[in-house]
Amino acid sequence: MSRRITFSEALREAMAEEMSRDPAVFVMGEDVGAFGGVFGVTAGLHAEFGDERVRDTPISEQGIVGAGLGAALVGMRPIVEVMFADFVTVAMDQVVNQAAKARYMSGGKANVPLTIRIVNGAPGSAAAQHSQSPEGWFMNVPGLKIVIPATPYDAKGLLKTAIRGEDPVLFFEHKMLYATKGEVPEEHYTIPFGQAAIRRPGSEATLVALGGVLPKVMEAAQQLAARGLEVEVIDPRTLVPLDTEALVESLKKTHRAIIVHEAHRRAGPGAEIAAILAELAIGYLDAPILRVATKNVPFPYHPELENYILPKVDDIVQAVEGAVKYQL
Amino acid sequence: MTINDYSKEQLLNFYHRMVLIREFELRAINERRAGLIPGFIHSCVGQEATAVGACAALQTDDVITSTHRGHGHLIAKGGDPKFMMAELAARSTGYCGGKGGSLHMTDFDLGILGANGIVAGGIPMATGAALAFHMRGEKRVALAFFGDGAVNEGAFHEAANLAGLWKLPVIFFCENNLYGEGTPQHKQAPITDLAIRAEGYAFPGVIVDGNDVLAVFEATQTAAVRARAGDGPTFIEGKTYRYRGHYEGDPMVYRSKEELEQWRQRDPITLFRQRLIEVGLATEAECDTITGQVFDTLDEAVQFAADSPQPEPISALEGVYFDTHGGSVY
Repeated sequence: MSRRITFSEALREAMAEEMSRDPAVFVMGEDVGAFGGVFGVTAGLHAEFGDERVRDTPISEQGIVGAGLGAALVGMRPIVEVMFADFVTVAMDQVVNQAAKARYMSGGKANVPLTIRIVNGAPGSAAAQHSQSPEGWFMNVPGLKIVIPATPYDAKGLLKTAIRGEDPVLFFEHKMLYATKGEVPEEHYTIPFGQAAIRRPGSEATLVALGGVLPKVMEAAQQLAARGLEVEVIDPRTLVPLDTEALVESLKKTHRAIIVHEAHRRAGPGAEIAAILAELAIGYLDAPILRVATKNVPFPYHPELENYILPKVDDIVQAVEGAVKYQL
Repeated sequence: MTINDYSKEQLLNFYHRMVLIREFELRAINERRAGLIPGFIHSCVGQEATAVGACAALQTDDVITSTHRGHGHLIAKGGDPKFMMAELAARSTGYCGGKGGSLHMTDFDLGILGANGIVAGGIPMATGAALAFHMRGEKRVALAFFGDGAVNEGAFHEAANLAGLWKLPVIFFCENNLYGEGTPQHKQAPITDLAIRAEGYAFPGVIVDGNDVLAVFEATQTAAVRARAGDGPTFIEGKTYRYRGHYEGDPMVYRSKEELEQWRQRDPITLFRQRLIEVGLATEAECDTITGQVFDTLDEAVQFAADSPQPEPISALEGVYFDTHGGSVY
């Protein structure tokens, strides 16, 4: 049986199910308790599981990520919420130098079952320190797994996989996806990392949609279809590990690739994906690999200015049309 | 407590551990010069009493986090000099298979969650381990070793606040050796007694003579009892001194020979040995026997390291994640 629930509800179900299943699982973060999280994702968990397991913390990102790591090293499975992705910078040492490397530095001995839920994306006029999508930064740090779900179904299944895993996971949740709805089965399920989902089959171009931009990419694909261009939309779902095989297979069919993300364009996740596709599949390409992403400036406060720098449906449509018209 | 409240075995064990740490460090420095050890070393010569006194007050299933100056902590918590020396020599038999080196040695079976290359980096981790013990209702304690430099890092303050707030069973053990890297403490903090920082987080801050192993043991034991009783953390500041540089090769232009000489007069091992002999709990001969055993142990450790195989270069790709061998470049 399946029902339509929001992305937010799907995440909450994942946490509640895992907390019921395993006493080692607990949630901590700023305002996650009775408040239910500033975006309401943990609403109701506190009432069900209490103060100890749905733990409000001081505003101490470094402290709570580090405490999550310490608890994980002695057998807990903490879920730490970072209220805005921009704040993960405060915890950078614990994420990058400690959690990511704990296993490797110990010669493979340390298990680090730590899930860090990080809220990314531009919600509108949140300006430069509450809007960023830094997921690509962490692709440069071996030892982390990076998840960027775009649908309620994936949010739930991937979060459960993160919680049950033995490695530190950065789980990026785009603010503008929280209220989106989708089919989620009643039955328990998990989704393995490293398996892309084809959101729409097509033959003219491959649109790689990362996380929060998926609704825009689907809209663009629909507009393109109305103009007679059937594009394939692929959602990698996890950046590390990355399903390179699925991307290359799609490219063999379409011969064109456009990568869309809300992270800044320069050295964003699209740069890495473009490089991989060039290395593995340049022979199949009929056009340059293109990126549609946020322009390389900090997020401005003014709605019009913000809109100007964000990737838009029109930008995606134009990029595809440009790639299709391109003459080698 | 007086010295007569300890068993002879316990006291000789303290002595043995301190000598083992001292001689391990001196041997490692020599072996580095001789080419067995490729990486850098931050030695803890002079600080043996803090490591031994603190760890002696812990149980095997208690955990510690350590620092860049961590060899003493590891030995004090039961670390095997063979596997330590092999790790320093970057051999596959070392604690981390040659991937960690001096700064990252771990032994989870002994509750050693790791040395650390980042100043104050292990303090939140110890606090989190204490949180786990607290949540599971276990009577275990986590102890974070760190230096005077670490109390000026945000990580210390965030962790101390969490621990005070949640009354976690954690001991913040500050080895105040008066220098943060190459800068004296008075140029790094506006206070000389760092233990007063505990007051802001609502737990006791205790100052002990860090060169007196029994004083350190007793302070840590009190803190551990308090932690196990659910009464929360303690900050212990052990005043001590490192004889060698921040790292091997440090020219040490930032301090005087006179200052070093003054501290050598209060050497933790010499003082303890004199005391044992004065009160008649040990003889010169017994102490010398222990030193001899230590040399044998270290000869074996060095031999073990030197005889151990080098890891295969391809093993560099293993151990990044639980479920892969790091084979994928993507």
